[in-house]
Amino acid sequence: MIVSDIFNYHMSIDLKTIKHISKLSRISVDEKKAEKLAGDLNSIFEFIEKLNELKTDNVQPLTSVAETTLKLRDDVVKSKNLREQIIKNSPQENEDYFVVPKVIE
Amino acid sequence: MSDITKQSLSELIKNIKEKKLSSTEVTKAFVERSEKSKELNAYVTEDFSAAIDKAKKFDENPNLDLKLPGIPMAVKDLFCTKNIKTTAGSKILNNFIPTYESTVTQNIWNEGAILLGKLNCDEFAMGSSNETSFFGCVQNPIDKDLVPGGSSGGSSSAVAAQLTPITIGTDTGGSIRQPASFTGIVGLKPTYGSCSRYGIVAFASSLDQAGPMAQNVRDCALLHEVISSYDEKDSTSIDFKRNNYVKELTNNIKGKKIGIPKEYRVNGMPKEIEDLWKKGIDYVKDCGAEIIDISLPHTNYALPTYYIVAPAEASSNLARYDGVKYGFRADGENLIDMYEKTRSEGFGAEVQRRIMIGTYVLSSGYYDAYYLKAQKVRKLIKNDFDEAYKKVDAILTPSTPSSAFKIGEKTNDPVSMYLNDIFTVPVNLAGLPGISIPAGHDAKGYPLGLQIIGKAFDEQNLLNIAYAMEEKINFKNKITDWWIK
Repeated sequence: MIVSDIFNYHMSIDLKTIKHISKLSRISVDEKKAEKLAGDLNSIFEFIEKLNELKTDNVQPLTSVAETTLKLRDDVVKSKNLREQIIKNSPQENEDYFVVPKVIE
Repeated sequence: MSDITKQSLSELIKNIKEKKLSSTEVTKAFVERSEKSKELNAYVTEDFSAAIDKAKKFDENPNLDLKLPGIPMAVKDLFCTKNIKTTAGSKILNNFIPTYESTVTQNIWNEGAILLGKLNCDEFAMGSSNETSFFGCVQNPIDKDLVPGGSSGGSSSAVAAQLTPITIGTDTGGSIRQPASFTGIVGLKPTYGSCSRYGIVAFASSLDQAGPMAQNVRDCALLHEVISSYDEKDSTSIDFKRNNYVKELTNNIKGKKIGIPKEYRVNGMPKEIEDLWKKGIDYVKDCGAEIIDISLPHTNYALPTYYIVAPAEASSNLARYDGVKYGFRADGENLIDMYEKTRSEGFGAEVQRRIMIGTYVLSSGYYDAYYLKAQKVRKLIKNDFDEAYKKVDAILTPSTPSSAFKIGEKTNDPVSMYLNDIFTVPVNLAGLPGISIPAGHDAKGYPLGLQIIGKAFDEQNLLNIAYAMEEKINFKNKITDWWIK
């Protein structure tokens, strides 16, 4: 399996799409980074398009390899008073709260 | 004993149990060697003085019934360790100090082991060379400026260089087996659900598994026995009867059926890998096992499937890094701006690339074409293995399509970097156990590994085959201590 023999067709990801994905991902990108990402993603998607060779209409998707039903446990509280631990690593906190930039004007 | 760090885990345990060595002597020896080996950049966080204190405490009242009595051990920095910084190789977790312990590391400390420090890895375990770490590249002790593999590159380097007698890594697409192969050590990726994922920084939750990395198969079996446990804190942890892997370890594999998948004979595979594979086949035949040709017809689709499934899960898992609850935060004009700048400055290039891929394949209008398609192909890949295991007990393949490469050689071409994992990725997609054992050297003297893939929950059989082969191969790692001045 060598990169060059993998695909025949792919849809190009343009800068507008990159901007859209970056918005959805909450990762800011400037023009230079967007161009680099478009190049990288296009080569990766060329590679991914190989899957289109396969007919999968009647195949059930595999969502988990663990073929057991999930265990149920009793609905009881096991951990209590974790407030201090939960807040301990926050970049900015005010007593019992996480602090974020002003949201409501 | 001047050569403490040259001893295997099993030898160290024996010497501590027979009181020929104390935990303090052993711990000091590994600390001293680690101190002299900073050029390898294997550690992100050292905890050496605390380790020596713990060893002294152990020696005051040693419990020699434990499985890892007073054994010092460094672990991959993807495992949360209570009150010890855990970075996942990322700037965004550069200041994260967990308030809890991962189940796998807790199992290790419960058996008497002592934390030496946290080992470098690719950022969020996304990489095959340890070059995506925020904390810099790791040197392979085999040769200068050679990658140790990834993502568990600090782990492979530290075991091969004898900075720790043994370690644990994590494997999502090959991150234990590929670095083990690149550094001449043994690495086991257990069956999905054997080892708890609780407290491991998540990458792709349907693929991630923790596993041991060791100098030999016996040590590997011992650590696997310690870390494999049912854990109600991980909803995909599986409650099955776990073996006493060391006690049941045997080199008798007579009559075992070993499959050789023709699809692993890929275009452009170097002749030395092909030769190594043939040699491996001869070794298992010598052990009395039977060789059977098999077909895993969807092998070529595993890597493209992986590069949809893993980034999709990663984009979801990494949504939690928002600069609010923990980790790095960049200043922003408003909340959204703060999120976007935090994630742009906090994540490295490869992680951003994968979040973008994952976001795209899950986004409206593309979900069916990519993510659903990949899940269907994943089913076909798993079916291939199910079919094969009707005829064979295990499968033998090379671990990697090449030996270790130079730092910087593949960083500009993500796809060529991804191709490193072509032999290891199918195993994760199918949730199976796989082990890489060192099996020879290439013309440059760099180690090469062979992979054995087992049936789900059949680690015992896998370890036995590896153990029998190890004896025949009689591999010697060529390490010159070039980094010690």
